[in-house]
Amino acid sequence: MNLKRFAAPAVIAMTAALALSSCAANEGGSGEPAASESTLSGNLVGAGASSQDSAQQAWIAGFQTANPDVTIDYDPSGSGAGRDTFLSGASDYAGSDRAFNDEEIAAGGFEKCAPDTSVVELPLYISPIAVIFNLEGVDTLNLDAATIAGIFAGTITNWNDPAIAATNEGVELPDQAITPVHRSDDSGTTENFTEYLGAAAPDVWTYEADGVWPFEGGEGAQGTSGVVDAVTNGTGTIGYADASRAGDLGTVAVQVGDEFVEYSPEAAAAIVDASPFVEGRDEHDLAIELDRTSEEAGVYPIVLVSYLIACQEYAEPENVELVKAYLSYMASAEGQDVAAESAGSAPISDSLREQVTAAIDSIQ
Amino acid sequence: MTTTITPPETRGPAAAPVSNSLTAGKLPNGASWMVLGGSVLVSAGLFGVIAFSGAEFNWVGTFVVAALVYVVTITLLSRIVEGSRRATDRFVTALVTGAFLLAMIPLISLSITVVTFGLNRFDAEFFSYSMRNVTGEGGGALHAIVGTVLMTGTAALISIPIGLMTSIYLVEYGRGRLARGITFLVDVMTGIPSIVAGLFAYALFAIFWGPGTRTGIAGAVALAVLMIPVVVRSSEEMLRLVPVELREAAYALGVPKWLTIVKVVLPTSIAGITTGIMLAIARVIGETAPLLIAAGFTNSMNYDMTEGRMQSLPVFVYTQYANQGNPPEAYLDRAWAAALTLILIVMVLNLVARLVARFFAPKYGR
Amino acid sequence: MTTAAAPIRAKQRPGDRVFSKSAVFAGSMILVTLAAVATFLIVQSIPALFADGEDASILDSNFWAYVGPLVFGTIWAAALALLIALPISIGIALFISHYAPRRLASVLGYVVDLLAAVPSVVFGLWGIGVLAPAVQPLYSWLVDNLGWFPLFAGPVSGTGRTILTAALVLAVMIIPIITAISREVFLQTPVLHEEAALALGATRWEMIRTAVLPFGRPGIISAAVLGLGRALGETMAVAMVLSATGAVTFQLLTSVNPSTIAANIALSFPEAYGINVNVLIATGLILFIVTFAVNAIARWIVARRAEFSGAN
Repeated sequence: MNLKRFAAPAVIAMTAALALSSCAANEGGSGEPAASESTLSGNLVGAGASSQDSAQQAWIAGFQTANPDVTIDYDPSGSGAGRDTFLSGASDYAGSDRAFNDEEIAAGGFEKCAPDTSVVELPLYISPIAVIFNLEGVDTLNLDAATIAGIFAGTITNWNDPAIAATNEGVELPDQAITPVHRSDDSGTTENFTEYLGAAAPDVWTYEADGVWPFEGGEGAQGTSGVVDAVTNGTGTIGYADASRAGDLGTVAVQVGDEFVEYSPEAAAAIVDASPFVEGRDEHDLAIELDRTSEEAGVYPIVLVSYLIACQEYAEPENVELVKAYLSYMASAEGQDVAAESAGSAPISDSLREQVTAAIDSIQ
Repeated sequence: MTTTITPPETRGPAAAPVSNSLTAGKLPNGASWMVLGGSVLVSAGLFGVIAFSGAEFNWVGTFVVAALVYVVTITLLSRIVEGSRRATDRFVTALVTGAFLLAMIPLISLSITVVTFGLNRFDAEFFSYSMRNVTGEGGGALHAIVGTVLMTGTAALISIPIGLMTSIYLVEYGRGRLARGITFLVDVMTGIPSIVAGLFAYALFAIFWGPGTRTGIAGAVALAVLMIPVVVRSSEEMLRLVPVELREAAYALGVPKWLTIVKVVLPTSIAGITTGIMLAIARVIGETAPLLIAAGFTNSMNYDMTEGRMQSLPVFVYTQYANQGNPPEAYLDRAWAAALTLILIVMVLNLVARLVARFFAPKYGR
Repeated sequence: MTTAAAPIRAKQRPGDRVFSKSAVFAGSMILVTLAAVATFLIVQSIPALFADGEDASILDSNFWAYVGPLVFGTIWAAALALLIALPISIGIALFISHYAPRRLASVLGYVVDLLAAVPSVVFGLWGIGVLAPAVQPLYSWLVDNLGWFPLFAGPVSGTGRTILTAALVLAVMIIPIITAISREVFLQTPVLHEEAALALGATRWEMIRTAVLPFGRPGIISAAVLGLGRALGETMAVAMVLSATGAVTFQLLTSVNPSTIAANIALSFPEAYGINVNVLIATGLILFIVTFAVNAIARWIVARRAEFSGAN
């Protein structure tokens, strides 16, 4: 009789046992013989930005397939948490939507690295941010930074506003209210977008760059998917999202210099090349001071650059080879293409790759 | 139930026409159905005319207008023929039925949505693959299913003994301040928001394993915090239903109290208790927020409760929706398929609970 | 209290002692757990309570300015949901208990319970994909025609993801809870009371009004409170559906809406680090206190009513 009391847990335990005995068909790895000549083995732990999570998953998948004895874990705990984890030595590398700033570099204390050595920061994940809108009969709009900022700040409230019409001759703009959509969660996308608005239209956009939308206005939606859904399902909506998710929505060509640039992987990579490195850093610290106001031809200024951060010199030598091999894979043309395919990022240019490769080679 | 006998009209011609609601006229039996049919026709005709002039036929509008027309017509008709008391009765009947039909709308809409989208990826690969090394299409939710089973199972293992013993204490032993306090606190615990339980588990395990730790056991603890009060409440109800006479008979035979509980009270109420436990499991298995915080999410299979993040079905639905990659349809399909799986699991648990209750229920009580 | 107090002291056996001790132990575990929840939340919250914008990046000035609008949003959304759900739930409960044919009743009850079985993420997906686009035209109409009414003031949201939509989703989620309890209570109405009312010539509604509703009132109140508690703490559905901007406003149909504590935690926690985590846990503590207070008040009301209701 008493046994009946344990019926429920027993059912669960049995189900669990069944599940335990059946491994996921795509895991386990012991089945296929390793075709590669790889001699690498070990365990790498990374943590950081969730923006590059899909890219990391693709990279990890590619790298683990080529090196079956390697396991890499990337914990998408957020940029800030990723930097903290790396600082405390709990991870081998970090992913972060911003580089360490000068004070943090000066403070040092990277537990995983050899004493008094600094870090290598590599801009390996470049993601264009598209300004997307849903307006019947309009596929693309030319807008300058001040107009975009006006729309998102709530000072331009109707699609037939003269400021929009001025740069869009021949486009029939309806008399319809604008619903600007922004991310309601804390995100690197918002931080980069607001940074662009602040840099390119400082008169209109007076808020500081921040991962959280800085004022109460417009419509909030959760995550990239939420923004895309809100823009798609709404009428007269405009928002910003990873370019890979723009789909069939209308996109804004942004004014750079005298021309209007649609987002494209090349244009997004171009802004990184057109921007200077942060001054006063070590030779291989490739932190970039994005020049949002660049007027060079063919650059698309609204991008999110996410860094891979590793030690210049590791305190323990055990994982150095693995870190270098993994970073090299991510920087390689193949790695960048894999990320472009699965995460819609923009592959880095060859000139940047040379500097990155040099930096990776210098890791000890 | 409400048959009122209308006395035959045998008043003399001198009698003044008395308005008596008991003896007033009565609408014919099928009247309400006829009025309903008429309302639908009128409404459909109205929207048909609108649709004829170019607009799309508005189904929602049709039903809303039909319902309004019906309520107004039946009330007015009844008021004229049957008097105000019956009119009110018919009005309320229409409202009450309407409330029920209104609640069916989201249920039907939801079921249709989940089933249509969920079936896209409801295939063998979905139940045999994890998401490790999967980008874009393909992949499955086996790791999430295993995670859900492990975490919910562990939560059940923690909360069933505690919950059951607490309810035994409350019913069989509890006296005085401690019992009253526990009853009150169980009530309070029922009201703990699920996300607070998640934060608690996260904070608790952050102390032992350092900040940022997310493990399966933390998720299980969060679920257990949510589950214990439900188990206590339902078991307590069931134990109280056991007749005192059974206990007294056992005591009279000299059976010790603890044996009475184990051999008499528990077996009598075991069906109800099992039902309660099943329903409690069904309640926590769909929790998202606490698991997102306490157990995190991962793409790989993880059997180790104490090490590393663990995926679960609700969190899988959420992450597939929130972090869509390329192509997004593949991610959405997986999210809906997982949602369908989850609902099916919960439905089966509910159904089993009801069957257990029906077949093993004692022959008295409700 | 159905056990008979044994007038004669029974002999204490070791088995008895072990069993009663373990029962007491389990009961105490409840105390310990709840105390642990409270303690951990408080300990983790203390750094946040005294933090300012310097320490935690998500704070503008201090903690209270941050949590204020969230508390407002939490209560406002839950109250709206309860306002929508309560009459409908009572209607459904009455329909199942007193209107539907006896045979159908239990099936219908199960059907409504099915709504409770749907996980909140699924409600979130449904709210975004189906409900919000469906109600948006209605919102436009309301703003155009009833915009003078403060609650319906424009400009209308272009997506329909307003606090009213979130409240609708919450209402759908709490309807099965309120219905289930009210139904149970209605079914327990003494049959003699009902039959007496009918015998006196009452119509069905008059019978319900005079016999069923007075008897069920404490049950309805406690059901409503349970529903309110669920609505206060509901996280994912709100986080996914609501266009939250953190404003304090009563307007129902604009895209500027207050956020709720639970949704805000879910939105901000994944990227939170350092003292921000403590701030979010502290908002969780506030939510805990709010639900605790709501529950306590409701129990008190029910307990007071029960003394006077007399029907039993």
